[in-house]
Amino acid sequence: MIRRTGVFLALLTVFAVGAPLLAPYQAGEAFRGYLHAPPMRPHFDGLAPVVHPLVLADRLEQRFEPDRTRTLKMPWIERDTEAPVFLLGADDFGRDVLSRLLHGARTSIGLALFATLGAVLIGALAGAWAGYRGGWVDDAIMRVADFVLVLPVIYVVLVLRAVLPLVLPASTVFLLVSLIFVLVGWPFVAKGVRAIVAGESHREYVQAARSLGAGPIRILAVHLIPACGGHLLVQATLLLPAFILAEATLSFIGLGFPDPVASWGTMLAGAGNYNAVARFPWTLTPALAIFLVVLATNLLITRDARH
Amino acid sequence: MRRYLLTRLAFALLLVFVVSSATLLLTRIAPGDYAAMQGVDLSAEQRAHLRTSLGLDRSFASQYLSWLGGAAHFDFGDSLLYSRPVSTIVSERALNTAVLAIVALLLATAIGIPLGIYSGTTSGAGRSIVRALSVLGLSVPPLIGSLALVFLAARTGWFPVGGMTSSAGTDLTWAQWLADLARHVPLPALALAIPMAATLERLQSQAIAAASHEPFVAASRARGVDRARSILHHAWPVSLRPVLGFYGVMIGTLFSGSFVVEVVTSWPGLGRLMFDALKARDLFLVAGCAATGALFLAAGTLLADLILAYVDPRVRSGERA
Repeated sequence: MIRRTGVFLALLTVFAVGAPLLAPYQAGEAFRGYLHAPPMRPHFDGLAPVVHPLVLADRLEQRFEPDRTRTLKMPWIERDTEAPVFLLGADDFGRDVLSRLLHGARTSIGLALFATLGAVLIGALAGAWAGYRGGWVDDAIMRVADFVLVLPVIYVVLVLRAVLPLVLPASTVFLLVSLIFVLVGWPFVAKGVRAIVAGESHREYVQAARSLGAGPIRILAVHLIPACGGHLLVQATLLLPAFILAEATLSFIGLGFPDPVASWGTMLAGAGNYNAVARFPWTLTPALAIFLVVLATNLLITRDARH
Repeated sequence: MRRYLLTRLAFALLLVFVVSSATLLLTRIAPGDYAAMQGVDLSAEQRAHLRTSLGLDRSFASQYLSWLGGAAHFDFGDSLLYSRPVSTIVSERALNTAVLAIVALLLATAIGIPLGIYSGTTSGAGRSIVRALSVLGLSVPPLIGSLALVFLAARTGWFPVGGMTSSAGTDLTWAQWLADLARHVPLPALALAIPMAATLERLQSQAIAAASHEPFVAASRARGVDRARSILHHAWPVSLRPVLGFYGVMIGTLFSGSFVVEVVTSWPGLGRLMFDALKARDLFLVAGCAATGALFLAAGTLLADLILAYVDPRVRSGERA
């Protein structure tokens, strides 16, 4: 179970890092004549997949039709700067949805992974310290953790984000938002770690280590925190989709990344208008991507629960 | 029991106090104030005048103390954004959120519990289908669910796509207004209810599967009680504890979810009000929303605890379960 969870997290990291390399276009690359262009359906010309380029058939209705006399190669093989290929359609600025989805994967999953790492780290340290020291340190840390756990996460994130300057550069948003996520995420990790450490610290192997002269830092780092490994991985898999969603929510309401940056949330913000949603359903693909990530974690967790 | 209630009450008061004070402080120290966000064409003197007339130039301590003094007899100040008392605006909006949350809760219960009882007591294809459905449902968080439902509604016209009532809602009779509301509420409520229903199904399924292995269930069958009756009258009540325990946790989920759903489907609830107030730096409105939210949260968890205590005598007597 631990191994499968670890593999899943590693694969997700690789995907987040590598996805933009697969994108045929830049995240901000806009094709003026192709606002809300629909997805083009590839077909085979011999062995190579090709598409018919789109021509604007009706400017008022923003309706496109394929020009069947010409074909375009896939953008990975040959890029035609005049006639772009939109496999998942284009958004309201004429940007390729597929490319933005892949660039957005790095932003969204990357932010979630970074915040998860932070929350697990802080949670493990706080929980271990509370569990090992006991007494008033334990009481104080756990009271704070319980208090944070009572509050609805999204409101805490909302308030903390809204009181910061509303317009910020993307890298600052990345850091601040992940910091906020760490603040709301650490108690979930700390509670379990505290319970495990408090239980384990009376076991013989810990006493043996102590009688051999090991200090508290060595005991925690070498003996007690590794005992929490499984719990940490499970908490990481639970926090990750929650953070992806929280970023999407923040960006959706306009408090996340500024527009030219592609993230799954900023992409959905463009789809927030119900008229646009009905007419250009391909702008909802980031929602599908989020659904798939959440589904994957749920399958992983329910499978483990049954074994 | 009385001691238990008193500690819970004290905790609720503390929660409301800390949460509203903290949001007031945070909004106050945030860069930019209400006056700075008004009209770009104001001159510096006009802005300063506005600030003085609204009392925004007072020190935080004096502002906070006068707010606290007012709050002690339920005067939560005036909203800068709407120029109305915070308490009237907040109570209107809180009612809307409560309607949404209650409908969603009922919907989730009506879908999740029967399916859970079914999947926990049968085997074969039926169980697999319910289980697959609930894993899918768990993966549709309110943001995704509400976007998908808005898309569906906009495409098919089965439901109105947003809002709480139609725009002509002002001159309707009471019955018409209720009918109008009934047409608007299913979409946002369903978006909120789907993941909760899935969680309830999973919990109920596991709980009743465990309960139906208890000897007294087998004994009831041996006495000749038929299967349905033995499940519903003997196994189900025993399996309720983990399920009811989850209702207490769900209040927070309901709150977080309703914020997203309110934004996506334009439901005029507390979450959107707070968001607007935060953006406009409307100090007292933010604090009022936060206080109401905390009050709901405390009341919800208390209610869930009381129900749990009613069902399980171990909790009532203060014994650790």
